[in-house]
Amino acid sequence: MSVKPVKNFVSEDIKVLVQGITGNQGRFHTEQMLKYGTNIVAGVTPGKGGQDIHGVPVFDTVKEAVKETGANTSIIFVPAKFAYDAVVEAIYGGLNPIAVITEGIPANDTVKFVKLAKANNVRIIGPNCPGFIIPGLTKVGIMPNQYFKPGNITIVSRSGTLTYEVAWAILKEGFGHRLVIGVGGDYVIGTDFLEMFDQIIKYDEDTDAVVVIGEIGGDDEERLSKYIVETKFDKPVVGYIAGKTAPPGKRMGHAGAIISGSSGTADAKIKSLKEAGVNIAYKPSDIPRIMKELIG
Amino acid sequence: MFLLEYEGKTIFKEGGVTVPKSFIIEKNSKPNIPEDFKLPLVVKGQYLAGGRGKAGAVKVVRSMEDFEEAVESVFNLPVKGKYPSHILVEEFVPHDKEIYLSVIVSKPDKGYIILASKEGGVEVEELAKREGALLKLYVDPIAGLLPFHQRIVSKFLFGGMNKSFMSLLKNLFNLVVNRDLLLAEINPLAVLDDGSVMALDSKVIVDDNSEFRQDIKHFYEYVSILTRGEKLAKEYGFSYVPLDGDIGVMGNGAGLTMATLDLVAYYGGKPACFIDVGGGASEERIGTALDVMLTEIKPKTIFVNIFAGITRCDDVARAIVSVAGKRGLDSGKIVIRLTGTNEDIGKDVLNKAGFKVYKDMDDAAKEVVKICQ
Repeated sequence: MSVKPVKNFVSEDIKVLVQGITGNQGRFHTEQMLKYGTNIVAGVTPGKGGQDIHGVPVFDTVKEAVKETGANTSIIFVPAKFAYDAVVEAIYGGLNPIAVITEGIPANDTVKFVKLAKANNVRIIGPNCPGFIIPGLTKVGIMPNQYFKPGNITIVSRSGTLTYEVAWAILKEGFGHRLVIGVGGDYVIGTDFLEMFDQIIKYDEDTDAVVVIGEIGGDDEERLSKYIVETKFDKPVVGYIAGKTAPPGKRMGHAGAIISGSSGTADAKIKSLKEAGVNIAYKPSDIPRIMKELIG
Repeated sequence: MFLLEYEGKTIFKEGGVTVPKSFIIEKNSKPNIPEDFKLPLVVKGQYLAGGRGKAGAVKVVRSMEDFEEAVESVFNLPVKGKYPSHILVEEFVPHDKEIYLSVIVSKPDKGYIILASKEGGVEVEELAKREGALLKLYVDPIAGLLPFHQRIVSKFLFGGMNKSFMSLLKNLFNLVVNRDLLLAEINPLAVLDDGSVMALDSKVIVDDNSEFRQDIKHFYEYVSILTRGEKLAKEYGFSYVPLDGDIGVMGNGAGLTMATLDLVAYYGGKPACFIDVGGGASEERIGTALDVMLTEIKPKTIFVNIFAGITRCDDVARAIVSVAGKRGLDSGKIVIRLTGTNEDIGKDVLNKAGFKVYKDMDDAAKEVVKICQ
């Protein structure tokens, strides 16, 4: 079975550029992605042009890298302090999509590059995310290779490790993955749940069901619920929200995972998803069980 | 990070947002009114939590005796269980009316939002419920604040152009951008007899991610709540939130660790802390995190939940064995769930040291709740 590309997201001919390829993380994940079969054509680290990392040529600028290799997709490991420069360089370098793995980017920088990307019709995934994987086609991310197999379930998630846990749990039940994407744990992110559904998932014929892994903070899940109701989204959706026991006012690891006052609680999110007809899993291990009932 | 009112006002003042003349009294210092201050004064307890007005922690004083009494009573007045460490004393500002103004970095709008209302002193959540009470204006993060934004807000609040207000709005917006604030709220903003405006309160949130370019180490929340463990957490790069139960929880990844807390609660247990060691955690980081849990939280039982991708199970295992040896940890008090990269080696290391290892998260959660009872 050959895996089809995902409309409005990635084409068949993915050529990946790794920005920040010479750092520890960039180096390690370049190797992991190559092992998975990702077509990595270039890396960029300013001042390190001319080297090669696991056989991938390194350039000083995105412009050179694109000219020499035809790269069209970027994954960014550049430290927070230099990330704004790197993302904007990728946008103007014509790369699309751009997965920003970097953690700790100030929201003032993120709102600017997200706006620029939108104006240029470029999709940003993240920041502070594990990237995405389309098993059988490509991996532009940092998720461990062994937990993903081609299939028809799409997972969208605000977290990293929990996503791998859930991906593996549904794999053990005999399901496979169409697209698994971590949208990012930051306060402001390039593509949120609603945008994932409205711009990508609804057009994807190869997605039979969707798993949404949300968490406390913000109102992305509430806005998604509203969208599901308003558009009568008709594919089965299973939802899990982490942070039911989190205290208000405390940042739970992610910049975006904080309950402020009475808003952003897990209970409010679960309630709105439930009212929108989403099947709620109260613990991660419920997800494969519910999935079996829905499409088994 | 939330700032105390006076810290927010210090930033306001530096950025050209007018605030009343004021001085600060620290706890256990002798309260004195500096010579150049005129009565009446407003004595305001500094709390991170809201609701101090209702609690009586804001007092207008008209004499030296009133002042001393007010200072003493406010220092002994808890709001949501916390006593103030500082009191802000301001000259009383006579004014005509009060309005509401804030600038926020908006998550759904992925840009800036200005919120304004003619009704000051009311919670913004309340204003949002009333038809037409709240103006919500989007500001493009690339274009920034322009004169037309100032005109729209001024027209809404004053029916015309208020120069003093328009310049304050510009300054407030610039602070959000230049000082990396996620929220800058003035509630109330006083309108004086001559039409000029002044911030009577401040509610400010600083973006924690801006630490590499903003000097934020001196703020109250940053310096005051940092225990030894919280300092180590910053240094070694793990997240640490103490909770009030008796099962210490450590996991890798924020989502997974939150899910672990929830699972413990689902099976009837009470988590004592949230420790997220993050992806690819080293033996040193995991060991330090576990040590912090043992020395600061002193939980009855411990639940370590690791789903290893970049993290290696053998690193986790060695860290646990080493800390357990050092602190004399009873292997019967710790439940370990390990799966993923180098699982077999990790399991072997732990088994040899007398620890039982679980592969399934639910089985492990049930077990830790059981042994805690």
